[in-house]
Amino acid sequence: MADKKQDLIDQQLQDLNEDGVDRRGFLKCMAWAGTGLVWTMSGGVPVSRAFATGKDAKMAGKGADFSFVQISDSHIGFNKPANPDVTATLQTAINKINAMPNKPDFIIHTGDLTQLSKPSEFDTLDQVLKGASAKDVHFVPGEHDMLSDNGEQFLQRYGKGTKGSGWYSFDQKGVHFVGLVNVANLKAGGMGSLGHEQLEWLEDDLKGRSASTPIVLFAHIPLWTIYPDWGWGTDDSEQALSYVKKFGSVTVLNGHIHQIMQKVEGKVSFHTAMSTAFPQPAPGTAPSAGPMKVPADQLQQVLGITDVNYVVSGRSLAIADSPLGA
Amino acid sequence: MTGKNLWIAGVAAPLMLAVLLLAGTPRMTATNNPTAGAEVKIDNFTFGPQTITVPVGSTVTWTNKDDIPHTSVSTDGVFKSKVMDTDEKFSYTFTKAGTYPYYCTIHPKMTGQIVVR
Repeated sequence: MADKKQDLIDQQLQDLNEDGVDRRGFLKCMAWAGTGLVWTMSGGVPVSRAFATGKDAKMAGKGADFSFVQISDSHIGFNKPANPDVTATLQTAINKINAMPNKPDFIIHTGDLTQLSKPSEFDTLDQVLKGASAKDVHFVPGEHDMLSDNGEQFLQRYGKGTKGSGWYSFDQKGVHFVGLVNVANLKAGGMGSLGHEQLEWLEDDLKGRSASTPIVLFAHIPLWTIYPDWGWGTDDSEQALSYVKKFGSVTVLNGHIHQIMQKVEGKVSFHTAMSTAFPQPAPGTAPSAGPMKVPADQLQQVLGITDVNYVVSGRSLAIADSPLGA
Repeated sequence: MTGKNLWIAGVAAPLMLAVLLLAGTPRMTATNNPTAGAEVKIDNFTFGPQTITVPVGSTVTWTNKDDIPHTSVSTDGVFKSKVMDTDEKFSYTFTKAGTYPYYCTIHPKMTGQIVVR
């Protein structure tokens, strides 16, 4: 089955290569391949292949100059039927990271570390993350991490050296990473929001950089509008994305919606990660975005991590999502 | 003398009763025996009913029936619940007439309003 899929994708890629970039075909290919997918951005040209297990998985990170893993929505403290033990599934995710043949250089957590911003929940998260082979973890808060104190506790624990409500940037081997906060001071009736101060900072942060610098933006709520009825988008993300227009390779990583969604728009690749805690329904398929209960033996197929490999020579980022149960 | 007093009492008693009924009935209903209108259920990321109309002095109680925490916060800063986890409640007594829009600060797409008359 996997080989069949691979053949189909190879065929599609061939078509793409012959005809130039056919985005419709590319997106179609991504849609049916579902969770197990690797895709690379090479000079703005997207290339995809099915994410393989076993032997091929070992090849996934090969030749990469560095790699990192995105985890998201661990919701430590959640104990409802959709997953009564979110600490255990986070631990499974960490075990999976530790077992990777190519050790990731760092971890990015795209928010909703906890369910209720309780100190004990943050403590449990810290304890589990301590066991990760990658010691360097970069965080952005989700709305669940700033419930009752405007995110003060989050900032105390994870926000050293950050600006405002916790935004910052850093560089890794020529790639510029920007962590953004779009869960603070949300307005009635709106979606996620970055706010004027953060947007000004972002414009300034990106201004002096060369267009060939690969950019990775990460934030909790998607920076593209996926489903406004459920608030799955960021009101002022257009403004933020206008600042990355000149760059040849932009990758946007988000969480919040507990499922994989991808979109390529010009040189910008958007990607949302699975949760390590519980799945949420596809847009509009349920009365609300609340936790989705799946049979216990299927839970690990809808939770997962995202592995990102970067190759300097091609200035490309290859993203692979893998469910915990794989 | 006695007869006159009796007459006054005879007229005043039903009048006083009428006044008590007029002033007392809505208040009694709102505080001691809340009607369905003074309850807001949070279910499926929705405040229900989204708009309720209550008399001045009413206490409105929100109950979170979702598996996800919510808040109920006045857009104009009049009231602000703590975070309500599953089955937790928040109550606020409205002492002035007016329209009070509110929302969930965690999921700002969730909005509602209380009309106090």
